[in-house]
Parts: sequence; structure tokens; C-alpha cells
Amino acid sequence: MAGEATAQAPAVPAVRAMRVGKVFGAGDAQVVALDDVHLTVDARQLTAVMGPSGSGKSTLLHCLAGLDAVTSGEVWIGGTRVTGLSDARLTRLRRRQVGFVFQQFNLLPTLSARENIVLPLAIAGRKPDPAWFDEVVAAMELGDRLEHRPAQLSGGQQQRVACARAILSRPDVIFADEPTGNLDSRSGTEILRLLRDAVHRQGQTVVLVTHDAHAAAYADRVVFLRDGRIVSELREPTAERVLEHLARLDSAARAGSRT
Amino acid sequence: MIRATLKGLLAHKLRLLMSGLAVLLGVLAVSGSMVLTDTLSRSYSAMFDVAYDYMDVSVSVPPKVNTGYLAAPATMPASLAQRLRALPQVARATGNVSTQDGARVVGRDGKVVTSFGAPRIGLNWTGEDGFVRLRAGRGPAADNEIAINAGLAKATGYTVGDRIGVLTRAPRRTFTVVGVFGYSGNRDSLAGETIVAFTLPAAQRLLVGEPDVLTSVDLVAKDGVSPEQLRAAVAGVLGPAYRVQTAAELSRQAGDAVDQGLKFFNYILLGFAAVALFVGVFLILNTFSIIVAQRLRELALLRALGASRAQVVGSVEAEAFVVGLVSSVAGLLLGVGTGRLLAWWSATAFGGGVELAPTSVPPSAILAGLGVGIGVTMLAALGPALRAARIPPVAALRESSTGKTRLGRITVAGLAATIAGAALLAAGLTGHAGPAEPLVALLGGVLLVLIGIALLMPVLVRPVVAALGAPVAFWTPGRLGERNSARQPRRTAITAAALMVGISLVVGIGVILTSVTRSFDQALGNRIKVDLIIAGEQTGPLPPTFDGAVLDQVRRMPEVETVLGFTTDVGVVDGSQTPIGAVTDSTVMRSLFGLRATAGTLDGLGAGQFLIDDTTARNTGQHVGDHLWVQLTKGGPRQFTVTGIYARESGLSGWLTGAAESRNFRGADPSTGLIKVRPGASVPAVKARIAGLLTDSPEATVSDRSGYVRQQTSALDSLRGMVQILMTMAIIVAVLGIINTLALSVIERTRELGLLRAIGLRRAQLVEMIAVESVIISLFGALLGVAAGVALGAAAVQGLHDQGITALGLPWAQMGAYLALGVVIGTVASIAPAIRAARLNVLTAVAYE
Repeated sequence: MAGEATAQAPAVPAVRAMRVGKVFGAGDAQVVALDDVHLTVDARQLTAVMGPSGSGKSTLLHCLAGLDAVTSGEVWIGGTRVTGLSDARLTRLRRRQVGFVFQQFNLLPTLSARENIVLPLAIAGRKPDPAWFDEVVAAMELGDRLEHRPAQLSGGQQQRVACARAILSRPDVIFADEPTGNLDSRSGTEILRLLRDAVHRQGQTVVLVTHDAHAAAYADRVVFLRDGRIVSELREPTAERVLEHLARLDSAARAGSRT
Repeated sequence: MIRATLKGLLAHKLRLLMSGLAVLLGVLAVSGSMVLTDTLSRSYSAMFDVAYDYMDVSVSVPPKVNTGYLAAPATMPASLAQRLRALPQVARATGNVSTQDGARVVGRDGKVVTSFGAPRIGLNWTGEDGFVRLRAGRGPAADNEIAINAGLAKATGYTVGDRIGVLTRAPRRTFTVVGVFGYSGNRDSLAGETIVAFTLPAAQRLLVGEPDVLTSVDLVAKDGVSPEQLRAAVAGVLGPAYRVQTAAELSRQAGDAVDQGLKFFNYILLGFAAVALFVGVFLILNTFSIIVAQRLRELALLRALGASRAQVVGSVEAEAFVVGLVSSVAGLLLGVGTGRLLAWWSATAFGGGVELAPTSVPPSAILAGLGVGIGVTMLAALGPALRAARIPPVAALRESSTGKTRLGRITVAGLAATIAGAALLAAGLTGHAGPAEPLVALLGGVLLVLIGIALLMPVLVRPVVAALGAPVAFWTPGRLGERNSARQPRRTAITAAALMVGISLVVGIGVILTSVTRSFDQALGNRIKVDLIIAGEQTGPLPPTFDGAVLDQVRRMPEVETVLGFTTDVGVVDGSQTPIGAVTDSTVMRSLFGLRATAGTLDGLGAGQFLIDDTTARNTGQHVGDHLWVQLTKGGPRQFTVTGIYARESGLSGWLTGAAESRNFRGADPSTGLIKVRPGASVPAVKARIAGLLTDSPEATVSDRSGYVRQQTSALDSLRGMVQILMTMAIIVAVLGIINTLALSVIERTRELGLLRAIGLRRAQLVEMIAVESVIISLFGALLGVAAGVALGAAAVQGLHDQGITALGLPWAQMGAYLALGVVIGTVASIAPAIRAARLNVLTAVAYE
């Protein structure tokens, strides 16, 4: 059901950030991490968020995912207003509408790969659809590693398990925070390819935070962040265009700081 | 290094506080017991000095069977007082008749007044002196008059003019209270004892059963004659058959007797301390292992910067020293307070009129408290310290080096310790411990076995936890909790070991006590053909007796087939003290007990003859026809002949002689009567009639078999209770240990908890997960504790087979209760760590380094 409908489906917003602001600290120590951010993430697309370190890209991801509360504005995931939800509602949101892939510490060391993949469903008291499970496992090329513990898997395999776990519950959106940050380039490339395939073949929605232009090049769209604001975006990026764009942003920043 | 150590201390203060608490409790008990006994000992010494201030020398006859302060006194002719009075050095001579526990008063409720272990003294009234003072009335002048001490008057509410029942060698007699007396310093009693003062003839007849005798003569020296001079003069006149002691010697002797009695307090409190410290070792070990693991990179960095191994060990041990010092000092201070409080309480509750001496802290208490506390802490930290020293400097550079713990060596050591402990235990139980005391071998064996099991626990963690977790494996938080509890086997094992130790000790004792009850029950139910039993429940230091005439009356009842009476005392047989029983009819005994003779004959046992059981015969090397020198409480040494040897049965063993010998016992009255009713007769009806005969022997009751078993084993319940109190100590420490481990796990797994929350685990599920982990850890400890307790108890029961404990009984209810307790403990211990985990902010948890 996921594979065939993707390309021609209309772009329904999976995540919306409306005038989102995030301030850390108070008084003199106040830091504005996000400043009036407007962002619409289209469904069935791989959206990358890029920016120099300190630009607020991780904060944006945390706010979009409901891991952190915004100071002002609103965040919506699908038809759910995330802003202002109670812990219990947030937990339910995480179970049904959101998937996560983190940079590290992604898996429970006591559980096998299979148990890790079905963990969110198990926590929610649901059973995985066996056909869908097999499809996801096949897509992540994990068929022969399912009974292994994380310690017996390579970093790339671990991250593929994390991706499979995120995909299995068919969330509205998967947030991936530097998923390739800890991997060698070959494993990283593989993760990105698999994530992109999941978007294009299975109709997943992925928001990817990265500082790697090659990673961003796998996205359908790249959003650039600087000083807590969205400054520009690219559609159908290539690594060269992303690098070029970053360089421009950088010099603009330097020019800006000179004034 | 010192600065690094101190900073480490502050960083882990909560964890150290918890392990310090175990040390604190242990030191508290050690120092508390020493302060308690020191205070009481000095208080009683001061009191005895006052009590013996009004005489200089006392003359008595050494008891023929010296069983301690309760020994039945030997007598001397009353004329001796006149003889001594005539000596030129003597100003005054007072003849006394006095027996410990010789006069028991029947209270207003018809029951015999108890004195909580203090003697119930009967004596003759010798008038007031500086020490003894009448509070009301006068001294007894007629043989049906008595004076009682104020302690007894207060306990019973009796006063001058009351007619009260008193039990002596004779069954209950009624006397009129004509006086109430106390002691100087407004004391009601000296140490909680009760005293009934009779006229001299009444005392002679009722207390020692002989006319014109005394048990001691108190002498006051003429001016200018020192007590020592008087003693020398008197001893010269009387010769070695008499014991002549100065007041100072008597006071010291009485003080020593009190000190002996106080040892009981000491044993309880030191047992408390031992359990706390032994269990505390596990907690300290765990805490320091955790601290070392947490500081792995820091310690490796120190090594990389040039710190030597010795310095690393020193750093950890210095931390242990500070923890030990702080908790020992706190424990010592609390212990002094506790000791004083206990001294006050025991003096008030039992002591009657003891003026408490001012508290001082004996230097031995300080030394023992600090030494034990600091020593135990540093010893427990030694393992982790040595492990810390083995951290390679390169560990500082590695991402994570929580390497796999090697359990091989520990397991081998555990097996070795368990086997060695079991061997020692077996040696102690069978009495082949060689030169060592059997008790030392027993305790050492138990200790070694427990240490061995604790060392074996890490390898048991995975299989046992998997089994325990099976019922919750279908439930995601349950499965996660189960997996977590098996994650670090060594840590789980050490955490659970504290509980294992505590529970194994109680269950072990429980197995022994249940087996004793069951053996007794079986013996009585299967082999001994008895319908009714007359026996007393002990209310004082000596076993109660009843009027021997009752047995004759019972024998004459038409419904009664046979009656057997037992009288017991302690005698000296071939130089060693041993209990001796006198039976009214050995032929009846043989049929009632189903006894079988292995040599000689069991019938027609008479005076001067012995029956012994086969085990005793083997142990003492006696055969039928052998002659033995025997000294009973009364009369001179005589030769007895072994006429028969019987196969040992539960409920009957040892030296038996004919009823005629009971006249040479402390008292001729029987302590037990066994009655077999004719077939067809109503047992309850006979029981009711016998109960009517016993009205003048209120210490004894008649009961059927099951009632008798209950009565005789009820004393075991208080023992069980006492052991359980000791166990609470271990439980407190165990709960601290589990909290400690869980709190650490929560910190260590912060990111993991964040991840779980991020993928949808509810707060409640997180709490459940940690509770399951906690319950599994504590259930693991409880389960092993029950298993080890059953094993230890069964071993002891096996060893006690020759003592008549022939059946193994398992206290199922108790064992079930301790497993349930394991669940409760686990749940309680998880509360604080689980709340802490649930409060974690998901984002910060995920980002936690």
C-alpha cells in the first residue's frame, strides 16, 4: 500500500511550525535559539535542516518533535497541535505519529534487533503487521541480523535497526538527528539511501538534521538555518549546490557581523 | 591525591551516606551494648556494696551440685550460729535460711507471679537492719505469717492483712501478710526479685525441708577486728567443709553473677551488630565498586599522569576511611545514647530499685566501635580499590571500557568457600571440630557458606532472573525490567546478597524450630501412648513442679489405666554434672514410650540404679553392671549401678533412676505426669477432674497431647521472634542497597530512559519497569535466602538427629512470607529511584552525556 501511491500524492503538510520562538535562560544569560520560525514540512518528502553549529537546527528538531516546548508560536504534527500537550498526550503522539532516529544510544542493549524494532509497538501494546515488518526489515537489509544484540552489530547496522524501528509504526513523520554523524562514510551513505528509499517507495516523511552537505544532498528539500532563523532553502539539492549555498551563507554571516 | 579523594567523597555523598548507615547501625549496636553492660554492671556493683555493708563475713556450705547461683543450697546445723556467736571476734551472728526461687506467690488472678527471670526468693525473717527496712506492719512471728518485699507488693497489689497463697517445696499454702519491707535508699527490690520472708521454722520446713538447719550465717565483727581477720578466725574453727567469705568477696561474686546475666544483652546486641556489619560489607563493596566504575576514566587519567597503583588504592581506601570514621563516630554517639536508654529501661523494667550509675563511655567501647566500623569499611572497599589499581592508563582515552566482568574466578572461590563452610559446619555439628569450640566451627561454617553463596550468586543471576522474569515477559515494561536486572550480574548479586544473608538466617532457624516441634509432635503422637500430660509452663528460672500426691489420686481414678511421674534435677555423675530423671515406674515407662532395651533390663528400676540411653552409654563408655559415683543435691556421694540401656527415643533420653531417689533431689515433687486413660473412658472428663486436683499447684496444668505440644513449644516462638528482630537489621540494609543500585542504574541509563520515553514509554510504564527490576533483584535475594536457609537448617537438623530431632519440618508459611517480603521490599526500594527516573526530562535525558 505504501509503495505505489507516493509520487503522485498531493503534498499534505506533515509538520507545521508557525512563528516558533525558543528562548533559553533569562535576563542577561538569555539566548534566542529560534526566532520566528515558519516551516512547513511536506508529507512523503525527505526534508533536511542545515546550518552552521549554533544555528538552532537541533533545537528546531526538538521543538518540532515535541521533545522540547516552544517559547512562542505553535507546532502541529499532522492534525495534532503539539504545543501545550500534556505529558500523557505527548507520549501518545510519540507512539502514533512520530518516529526518532538519534545520532547515538539509539538501541536498548538488552534487547535483540527484532525486539528493538518492535519495541514502540510493544510499549503501546500493539502487534506489528507481519507483512509490513518483513517489508521494513527487507528494506533496511536486516534479514539475517534480527536475533543479534546491538553489541554484536556494526554502527551502520545499529542505525538501520533504529530506522526500521522508526518506520515500523508508520508515523506521520520521522525525525532523524544527525543519523550519520557517528558512522563511516560508506555506512552513512547507505543509511541515507535507505531513508530516501523509505520516503520515495514507502511514502514516509523524514526530517533530517545534518551538517553534512553530502547527507543533505539526499533530501528533496534543504532548509538553511542561521541564528535561529530560516534564511533560505533549496529544492532538489546536489552536494555541490548545498556547499555553494553554505559558503554564501557563511560569507553573508561574516559580512553581517562586520556591519 | 587527597583533594581528588575528598572531591570524590562529596560527589557521592548520598551513596556513601547509605553505605555509611549500615556501618553506623553496626557500631551503634557494638558501642550501645558495651555502654549498657558497663552502666548496669557498675550500678549493680554499687548496690551490692550497700547490700553487704551490714555484715562482714558470711559462712555457708558449698552446694553439693553447683549449678550456679540457682544451685540448691547445702545446709548446716542451726547450732552453728551459736558456736560462731561465741567466738571472741564476733559481735553478732545471724542464721539464714534462703533459697533462690524457693517461694512463688500466687497473684490475685490465681496465676503464679512471674519475675522475668529474676529469682523468687524465700528466706527467714531476721529483723530490720541498716539495709532491710519495714515499710508497713511487722516481721512474721507465727508460722502462718509472712513479710513480703515492696517490689512484690507493688507487682501484686498485696498489702498488710491480705491472705495470699505461696508455693514452696510444699504445694500452695495460705499465709497472712503482716509486713512489707524495702531496702535503704527506698529500693523496692534489688534486681527485680520477689522475696517472701517466713519465720525460721517455717523457712526450714518449706524452703529446705529439714528442721534445725541454716543455709548461711552472717557475722558482724567486733570493733577492731577486720573482716579478713574474722574470716581467718572462722575458717580456722570450721575447717574446709565450710565456705567463709567476706562481704567484699560476696559483693564481687554477686556482681560477677550479674555480669554473667548481662552477657545475654551483650549477645543480642552483638548479634545485631554482626548482622548489620556483615550485610553492610555487601553494601559498602557495591558502593565502592560503583564509585570506582564511575570514576574509571578519572582514575585512568590519574594513572596516565603518573599516579602509582598504590596511590590509586590509597585514594579509594582513604575515601573508605573517611566514610568509616564519620559513620563510626555517629554510630558511637548514638550507641552511647542507646546504651544509656536501654540501661535505664532495663533497670526500670526489671531492676526494681537499682540506682543507675552515671554513664561513662568505656574506652573499650570507643576502640571497638571505631575499630570495627572503620575496619569493616576499609576491608569491604579493598576489593574495589585493588580493581581500581588495575585500570590501565589507556582506559582514560577509550570511549567506554566497562569490560565484561570475569566471573570464573569468583565462582571457583564461591564453590571453594561453600564447600569449606559446609565441611566446617558438618564438623561443628558432629562434634569433630578438633580443638576448636563446636560453636565457633558452626558459626564459622555458616559464615563461610553464606560468603560462598554470595560469591556464587553472580553466575546464578542470569538463569534465576530469567525464571523470575518469565511471568512478566509478555509485558513490555516487565520484560525491560527483567533484562535490566540481569545486566550486571555482579552488581545484582551483591545487592541481593544482603537480603539473602538475612533471610537465610531466619529461615535456617525457622527450619530448626519447625523440625523440633514436628519431632516432638511425632514422638508424642506416634510412639508415646499417652492421653493426658501434667506439666508446667516455666515462669521463673527453675522448672515448675506439682504436688506429687496428685499423681496418687489420679492413679486411683477408675478411668485411668496407667500413670507415670518424672522428677528432674541435676546431679554429678562420675565428676560431671548431668540432668537426672526419677521415674515412678520404669515398667510403665517402657510400655508408654515403647522403649526397647539394648542391654540389661528396663523393668523394676529402683534407688541406686540407672537406666541410660544407648547414645549416652556409647559417649560415656558405660555398660550394664558398671558402678558410678553419684552426688545428688542432698546426701553424700553414693555408688549407682547401670541396670539397663534403652534405645533412644524422641522425648526421652539420658540418665533415669527410680522414684525413691527423688527424696535426694532439690525437690521431690514431679515436674511431669503422663497419664493413659482406659479404653472407652472420656479423656476430656478425666482431664477436667485432674484439673480440679491441681488447684493447689497453679504452676502446672493438665493438657491433652496437642495442647502439650503447643505449651512446650511456645517458648520456641519467642526465640523465632527474637531472630526476626535481628533480621529487620538485614532488611533495612538490604533496602538501602537496592535503592543504591537502582539510583545508580537510573543515572547510568539516563540516555536509555530518554530514548524509551522518546519512542513512547509512558511515565507509569517507566516506573513499572524500574519496579520490576527492583522486585526481581530482591526476589532473587529472598529466593536464594530461603534456599540457603533451608539447606543450612536441614544440615543442622541432620546434625541434631542424635539429640532427638528426627523429623525435618519446613516452615512453609514463613518461607512464603519471606518471598512475599521480597516483593514488598523490591517495590518499596524502587519508589525513590523510579520517581527520579519518571521526572527526567526526555530531551535532557536524550542529550545526557
